[in-house]
Amino acid sequence: MAGKKGLKPFKTFASAAVPIDIANCDTDQIIPARFLRRPGTDPDYPKYLFHDLRFNADGSEKDFIYNKEPYRGGRIFVADMNWGCGSSRENAVTALAANGVRSVIAPSFGDIHYSNCIKNGVLPVRLPSADCETLRRQLHEGPGAEIAIDLDAQSLTGPDQTTYTFEIDAFDKHRLLNGLDEIGLTMEFEDEITRFTERYTAKHRWAS
Amino acid sequence: MGKTLFEKIWNEHVITAREDGDVLLYIDRHLIHDLHFRAFGMLKAKGLKIREPDKLYGTPDHSIPTTAKVLQDIPEGEMRQTVEELENYAEEFGFTHFSMTDDRHGIVHVVGPEQGITLPGITLACGDSHTSTHGALGCISFGIGATEVQHLLATQSLWFRKPKTMRISIEGRLGFGVSGKDVILAIIRKISAAGGTGYAIEYAGPAIEALSMEGRMTVCNMSIEAGARSGIIAPDDTTFDYCHGLPYAPKGERWDEAIAYWRTLPSDEDARFDKEVTLDGDAIAPMVTWGNSPQWALPVTEVIPDPAGEADPLVRADMVATLEYMDLKPGMPLSDITVDTVFIGACTNSRIEDMRAAAAVAKGRRAQVRTLVVPGSGLVKKQAEAEGLDRIFTEAGMEWREPGCSMCAAMNGDMLAPGERSASTSNRNFRGRQGLDSRTHLVSPAMAAAASVTGKFTDVRTLVEEV
Repeated sequence: MAGKKGLKPFKTFASAAVPIDIANCDTDQIIPARFLRRPGTDPDYPKYLFHDLRFNADGSEKDFIYNKEPYRGGRIFVADMNWGCGSSRENAVTALAANGVRSVIAPSFGDIHYSNCIKNGVLPVRLPSADCETLRRQLHEGPGAEIAIDLDAQSLTGPDQTTYTFEIDAFDKHRLLNGLDEIGLTMEFEDEITRFTERYTAKHRWAS
Repeated sequence: MGKTLFEKIWNEHVITAREDGDVLLYIDRHLIHDLHFRAFGMLKAKGLKIREPDKLYGTPDHSIPTTAKVLQDIPEGEMRQTVEELENYAEEFGFTHFSMTDDRHGIVHVVGPEQGITLPGITLACGDSHTSTHGALGCISFGIGATEVQHLLATQSLWFRKPKTMRISIEGRLGFGVSGKDVILAIIRKISAAGGTGYAIEYAGPAIEALSMEGRMTVCNMSIEAGARSGIIAPDDTTFDYCHGLPYAPKGERWDEAIAYWRTLPSDEDARFDKEVTLDGDAIAPMVTWGNSPQWALPVTEVIPDPAGEADPLVRADMVATLEYMDLKPGMPLSDITVDTVFIGACTNSRIEDMRAAAAVAKGRRAQVRTLVVPGSGLVKKQAEAEGLDRIFTEAGMEWREPGCSMCAAMNGDMLAPGERSASTSNRNFRGRQGLDSRTHLVSPAMAAAASVTGKFTDVRTLVEEV
């Protein structure tokens, strides 16, 4: 058995894309802390994404790109450096997924957020800063323009049909392509874990 | 070639390695707080159990109001539910839990080291990015997401790729009035908020070795603000003295075995790091942040920088936006900025040494603005009260509260009003972090107390005499 299926596999994906021009966009911006106790099934979850950037206190909309047509329904984000830094809150990915966002392209990611994305079937793509800047500019110039991603080929095509290739860890790619549930996968190593624990506990008695 | 401290501990915990380089890492200790209560219901729904409940320790911190002493003091609703559910699951699944009425409860990153749950040489994980704190004791610790929390509960292990290693050496000696907080802010200013991304940082050098355990924890706490999931400091006699005799630390023969092993852990002399950074400890001054990323930090003696002087257009735009949000102007001296509220607490700076540093400044003076002092645990609170620190704070007109995350997380009732400005000993100055439209400046406990008694950012070295 190659690990239980749990998530929607990510093979190819194309969508209108949204430029997010915020450097160091931390996970507090992606979802404010006061929503963290809400269940993932909360029907209001889509609104929590960028909530304080998108909405005034009275619920009216602010001037923010994700509120504007045709960006509103975009399911790929092109962001700036250090996207998703800060808090480990996986709710940030829940909020992306609640809006159907399946990939974020950025020059760099917060390490914990990157791994949270992988574990929820959202593809984080690292591209050089200059390429992200080019894509964001094209998306501003051509609202609603699409980006197409092919994970198996590790490539994406921008609005002007330029193709970019990207690197991704082999295990992360495998998990995304197959939508693997990680616990199911690890359970296959049950015997190894048991043997390791026995050996480790005997060697480091002080640690247990 | 020799091995680094990080590599030695890492290698000792590899259960299995895949050909593509990912490893399944055994985790010795798992800490959990109230925000992760849903993990247990999800585990049950999948028909799974906790593999090693005796390696799991829980305590509520994010959702407890710092005015509440018992569960019934928490307003009904999701805050109380969160705290209550964690407690109920602890009972059901049989793991150790320090409840609100137990003196041992508090912020999870204060409680772990204080109880001897955190030890040198172990691996420790928690669903909170500031888990990097625990590396101060010479262990590998990192924050994880909610899916990883479930995975860890079910398997006592996590999948990881080995990070690159970076050594940050602080040479020389820290000056009077300069603390671990100023050191880590100076580091982040130098390497940037993304400088540590993909790395495990080891902090070293004479100025780090001279820090107390509390100071080391403050430094490691903010590794994540430099982008690094973990920070670590070589265990030494300071570490061993701190751990000795703690409730969950090994005793007798096991303690001797532990010490013998821990002494083998420091990085070998010929160990090679992927990156080396050096700072001069003598040159570090009390720091204040002025923007919405911890990298925007400066010595209190300086002025707000002018974005026009920044060559990179993206950074320039970020600076302009941050100054607008913070309502600050280029050229303004940091010492002219007035504050509305002062917060002394959070997993960064709520240990006994932090309380003492703040009290030394507050003593005999009056708070000019609302000031909250929030100890990191029930035991820190008791110790501070035994030393009379609580009276120093209350006589200065400051509020002495119950332990918890308080105004760092702004999800328990403690927060700033829209537009308010704080001097805060927490770790994040992000937009809205301390409440909608809040403006946060990060400082050390001594600098926070100085801001409280003067109403603005004041170089603490001008207020307190060197002894």
